[in-house]
Amino acid sequence: MHDFYGTTLANGFMLGTAQYPSPAILANAFKRSGASVATVSLRRESGQDRAGQDFWQLIKDLGVHILPNTAGCHSVKEAVTTAHMAREVFDTKWIKLEVIGEEDTLQPDVFGLVEAARILSEDGFQVFPYTTEDLVVADRLLHAGCEVLMPWGAPIGSGLGLNNIFGLRAMRAHFPDVPLVIDAGLGLPSQATAAIEMGFDAVLLNTAVAKAGDPAAMAEAFATAIKAGQLARAADPMEPRDMAAPSTPVIGKAFLV
Amino acid sequence: MTAATIIGAGVAGLCVARALLDRGADVVLVDRHTDAGPHACSWWAGGMLAPFCEGESAEEPVVRLGCEAADWWEAKTSAVKRRGSLVVSLARDTSDLARFARRTTGFRHVNGPEISNLEPDLADRFAKGLFFESEAHLAPRLALAQLRASVLADGGAFVQEDADPDEYAQRGLTIDCRGFQAKDKLHDLRGVKGEMLVLSCPDVTLTRPIRLLHPRLPLYIVPRGDCIFMLGATMVEGHAGKHVTARALLELLSAAYALNPAFGEAEVLEIGVDSRPAFPDNLPRIRRDGNLIRANGLFRHGFLLAPAVARMVADLIFDNKTPEVMGETAA
Repeated sequence: MHDFYGTTLANGFMLGTAQYPSPAILANAFKRSGASVATVSLRRESGQDRAGQDFWQLIKDLGVHILPNTAGCHSVKEAVTTAHMAREVFDTKWIKLEVIGEEDTLQPDVFGLVEAARILSEDGFQVFPYTTEDLVVADRLLHAGCEVLMPWGAPIGSGLGLNNIFGLRAMRAHFPDVPLVIDAGLGLPSQATAAIEMGFDAVLLNTAVAKAGDPAAMAEAFATAIKAGQLARAADPMEPRDMAAPSTPVIGKAFLV
Repeated sequence: MTAATIIGAGVAGLCVARALLDRGADVVLVDRHTDAGPHACSWWAGGMLAPFCEGESAEEPVVRLGCEAADWWEAKTSAVKRRGSLVVSLARDTSDLARFARRTTGFRHVNGPEISNLEPDLADRFAKGLFFESEAHLAPRLALAQLRASVLADGGAFVQEDADPDEYAQRGLTIDCRGFQAKDKLHDLRGVKGEMLVLSCPDVTLTRPIRLLHPRLPLYIVPRGDCIFMLGATMVEGHAGKHVTARALLELLSAAYALNPAFGEAEVLEIGVDSRPAFPDNLPRIRRDGNLIRANGLFRHGFLLAPAVARMVADLIFDNKTPEVMGETAA
């Protein structure tokens, strides 16, 4: 696994902190999964005037890396302002940059994203951009200063999994040295395994865990699935082939060619 | 005779006062305001006595303890209506309805004609729903006023004072029911902001609470009678500011419009915002330190859980019975 702006993570599990039935269940999900990064939304979860500080303290108390995000921001200005607030509240340069372009699919506004990424990178932020699998946009983001890319699997909260396998494979192949995180759209642990098997460094998800009937159990399921993907990748999987290859000797048995 | 001072005259304080009076105690209610009003969470409550619906996201005690609520309120006030509650979703969100059904009990599936039958003004708008027949709702402000009147009529006293429960506890048994105001004494209490609207809409008649499931903007609408509706409620981590956000208004009103476009013609009578007091597991807590008992953390379940919490406070005082929601740490 690549490191993220110089930070090596214990595993490739980044878990969101929104929409849980209670903060106690949220804390339990982190405990059981061992997720190494917590993403937290400043805008949606807190309102103005630092009103969310009790909740933010709960997130800090999780004892994992914190990746604040700009969820819910629809413009470069909003995203930049939110990022500054996040840096102050959580004392981190990390920012998961979301600039939403379309309300129904929550698709990123990639033009605004590149601009905000440039502004924030120049200002010393370490930007984790939520983007599509578009290679040209990815290239622009890298030029804007990003050293991590986070393509979507599917629209946020949809649970559809890896929607464009070809595009994601192409992205992995095009940027072999860039840490890549599948961000959004995962619904099942098997989809997380598939992402890691494809060579992605990490997955980031929230709804699939928070909205499960037993969020802590689902978090553990994802953690196990991610570990399976990492083990499989390290173990150098066999190549698929068109013809059967017998796993037991056939000499001495009657067979027809 | 047992004498108790109860600080905070919202739904928790009033229920505790009533429960202690019923056990023969002398009670004094102390609040910083003379009357119930918009400063209290209970003023802005939806008033749904819907333990089974809450079971979708709340933990088991909320469902079980909440089942006491409708009978209790019906015995103490005339504010309760037993019409059940109806849960619907828009056609594209039927998967949310299936999830809600998987995680709750106490309902039956209803189809379009049955929904029309239950609520004619939702006719032809929803093809599937869940009907929680045994649930109830109440008019919160009427219930608060009647409960308060009954406490005073039965010998309870009221004092207006911005009181410190610790000071009172030096003189005698004191129950701190101040909700989010007690934050300075309860370090693990947090505020969860709620925003809600009161609408007048003569074009729509509903007779029971309706929950509209939506992946982003779940909405409930509770009829208050006389064409008045309570529309709620957002849930935002963080204590409330003074004002409702534009986003909350947009979300609440667009969800109401989706329920029935006639809500587009409604008049907005009131806009409310409050901080619901909650502990990390969103369950209530009773904590005792000598003469001082703190009952808090009713979250979004004030009217639903206050009767059970009040019963447990009374059992603690009179029978020395440890409440099942006893706090782990001392007050």
